[in-house]
Amino acid sequence: MFQITKKRVLANQIYLMDVKAGRVARSGQPGQFVIVKMDERGERIPLTICDYDREQETVTIVFQAVGASTRRMAELEEGEYFQDFVGPLGQPSELTKESSEALQKKKLLFIAGGVGTAPVYPQVKWLREQGCRADCIIGARNEALIILEEEMKQQAAHVYVATDDGSRGFHGNVTECLKDLMAKGNEYDQIVAIGPLIMMKFVCLLTKELGIPTIVSMNPIMIDGTGMCGACRLTVGGETRFACVDGPEFDGHLVDFDEAMKRQTMYRTEEGRALLQLQDQQSGKEHHESCGCHQ
Amino acid sequence: MNGMTRIPVREQEPRVRATNFEEVCLGYNQEEAMAEADRCLNCKNPKCVEGCPVNIDIPAFITEIKQGDIKAAYDKISEYSALPAICGRVCPQESQCEARCVRGIKGDAVSIGKLERFAADWAREQDVRPEKTAKSNGKRVAVIGSGPAGLTCAGELAKAGCEVTIFEALHEAGGVLSYGIPEFRLPKKTVVRSEIENVMALGVKIETNCVVGRSVTVEELLEKEGFDAVFIGSGAGLPRFMGIPGENANGVFSANEYLTRSNLMKAFDEAYDTPIHAGTKVAVVGGGNVAMDAARTALRLGAEVHIVYRRSEAELPARAEEVHHAKEEGILFDLLTNPTKILVDENGWVKGMECIRMELGEPDASGRRSPVEIPGSEFVMELDTVIMSLGTSPNPLISSTTEGLETNRRRCLVAKEETGATTKPGVFAGGDAVTGAATVILAMGAGKTAAKGILEYLGV
Ligand SMILES: Cc1cc2nc3c(=O)[nH]c(=O)nc-3n(C[C@H](O)[C@H](O)[C@H](O)COP(=O)(O)OP(=O)(O)OC[C@H]3O[C@@H](n4cnc5c(N)ncnc54)[C@H](O)[C@@H]3O)c2cc1C
Ligand code: SF4
Ligand code: FES
Repeated sequence: MFQITKKRVLANQIYLMDVKAGRVARSGQPGQFVIVKMDERGERIPLTICDYDREQETVTIVFQAVGASTRRMAELEEGEYFQDFVGPLGQPSELTKESSEALQKKKLLFIAGGVGTAPVYPQVKWLREQGCRADCIIGARNEALIILEEEMKQQAAHVYVATDDGSRGFHGNVTECLKDLMAKGNEYDQIVAIGPLIMMKFVCLLTKELGIPTIVSMNPIMIDGTGMCGACRLTVGGETRFACVDGPEFDGHLVDFDEAMKRQTMYRTEEGRALLQLQDQQSGKEHHESCGCHQ
Repeated sequence: MNGMTRIPVREQEPRVRATNFEEVCLGYNQEEAMAEADRCLNCKNPKCVEGCPVNIDIPAFITEIKQGDIKAAYDKISEYSALPAICGRVCPQESQCEARCVRGIKGDAVSIGKLERFAADWAREQDVRPEKTAKSNGKRVAVIGSGPAGLTCAGELAKAGCEVTIFEALHEAGGVLSYGIPEFRLPKKTVVRSEIENVMALGVKIETNCVVGRSVTVEELLEKEGFDAVFIGSGAGLPRFMGIPGENANGVFSANEYLTRSNLMKAFDEAYDTPIHAGTKVAVVGGGNVAMDAARTALRLGAEVHIVYRRSEAELPARAEEVHHAKEEGILFDLLTNPTKILVDENGWVKGMECIRMELGEPDASGRRSPVEIPGSEFVMELDTVIMSLGTSPNPLISSTTEGLETNRRRCLVAKEETGATTKPGVFAGGDAVTGAATVILAMGAGKTAAKGILEYLGV
């Protein structure tokens, strides 16, 4: 059993929790994820590690309550427990393999979409500890859905906020915001984009044109997270890869986003039995769960 | 009755069981078991024992059943096997113990598996459990994986007085017994859970949700967490795909995914959150136990199911009983057929599978006649679901994160057959992780051998 030591509502339906999980807190690295199963009947839900405290032995997760299991998860309070919490899974971020000197010379930009801001945060924080201050675009539909802005500002060199409706910061999506930054003379050696598939797809189309290497973090349907089921498979550079063991981060210019988007709809047409019980009419109990972090 | 035919075992009616997940085989009652036991000739030189990979003293336990002393029969089996209720259900007896039975020359072999199952089920129902007897020898052993290899190794070491912790990646112990083999063949709550509890009753601790190679490394177990030796029983869980076009379409699953959703996540049960895409017309590609299990699961979820296998019936690697049960339940067999391409609709979903007919050519290295394509025989099967069951290989997660641990070309861990010792001192291995996908009883045997190797290494 894994105790929830802190719970915070970051925005409407977006929750942050600190969970006591010694093994994950001790060996977790930026870019890796955990799988959470709240109780006997819950799904196994992959969530990117958003922060960790090696001394307190806690791990921070952020999720959006969108489907049957995440909605039930959101009802848990401080002091209560998750039945299962396993990790760290997947490969640490590519950046963690570079030396601090190399990193300090790099101009890095992070592009975070929606809940994707949460997995971006530990990377920006880790970079700062290496003496490298990155820029960051945080994008969301509107002001109310912007999360972790203050936290990010303390770690990043510049934080640019973009909202689709212009309710805050740049009026437009993150791709347009990136174009705007480039037009104003900013230059980047490397971009890391984490957010909804459609956002990552369009960011990659643009950065390919601009010739800027771009890392994306994929969050497909998963079950075990250890390479056993193949549910998480993607096509990257024409080859089938398992996101849970080969990723979750990949070279965004090689990922087949269209296939990934189709695969995410896999359980959408299914009669979401559990979901019906929760009276949720709008979405299937599927990948939403898995990509709760990235919506 | 002249003793030539075996006492039939009661089973659920095929038409009834095809719609439920209850166990197919109901097993013998005591009267039936004693009558079947009576058929055993108690041979001086029992061939069946040679056929059993762990050499259970079969005539001895059957003699106890004959005399009605079921407890004694159970105790006898327990000297050799920690998981008899499981082995009695899933061992390929027809090619092991029962294949050698003298009775089988002129009539039916004695139903050894069903008798083993009877004794083990009786013990569970009477709540007969092994007791923790040994006093501690002060040695600590980490066992990775809670499948039959890990459970057996852990049980043996605990009996010898070691303090044993099993580290399991999933949230549930049991390995393939929990996530792979379906409920209707191996009930989880009763049979599997109870045999795992028997191992725990010996003092074995199980830490679930711990992926060795990620949550902790083998080196850390040895150096930081104070274990004196490590046993790796991590199985062969990595699914293979065919590499044909369309394989990543929606509606194509590995058998592992399909079975895990149903067995481990209990997607077949309304009360659980995890979904499963049951399909209406399903092809299962492959002919092993795993393929039969996936096919019969899909059938129970309401689909029309075809087994697509490239060789002929005689080469089907599955247990005879599973093939027989599958046919009775209405699974269709498309033999000598091999998929070449999966056809995908505009939304990314499977709509069919192009296949080619095969014929059997010369025997290959394994002695099996190898299938060759018949040119121009391509045809299309209309389907909405394809389940790939082409075999599995060991997961490199542990070997790639442990220095000094050698693997062979098939990614299997290299380990000595007599002791289970790997190329890294203090680290032992056994089961599917070493042999590649094999059987429950072979994994158990390897766990037992490695336990001996470990005790020797520890000098106790
Ligand atoms: C669907 C199916 C049906 C089968 N039917 C039969 C049958 O009828 N008869 C028969 O004899 N055999 C059958 N088999 C084969 C048999 O189940 C296996 O040979 C046997 O379970 C192997 O045992 P094992 O202990 O080596 O590995 P497994 O049972 O695979 O157990 C390995 C365990 O290790 C865990 N693990 C893996 N990596 C790590 C890690 N890094 N850290 C921590 N834990 C880890 C896994 O989660 C798993 O729980 C079947 C297999 C399948 C898949
Ligand atoms: S363990 Fe398997 S091979 Fe051995 S006697 Fe039992 S059924 Fe036969
Ligand atoms: S989640 Fe099962 S293989 Fe990746």
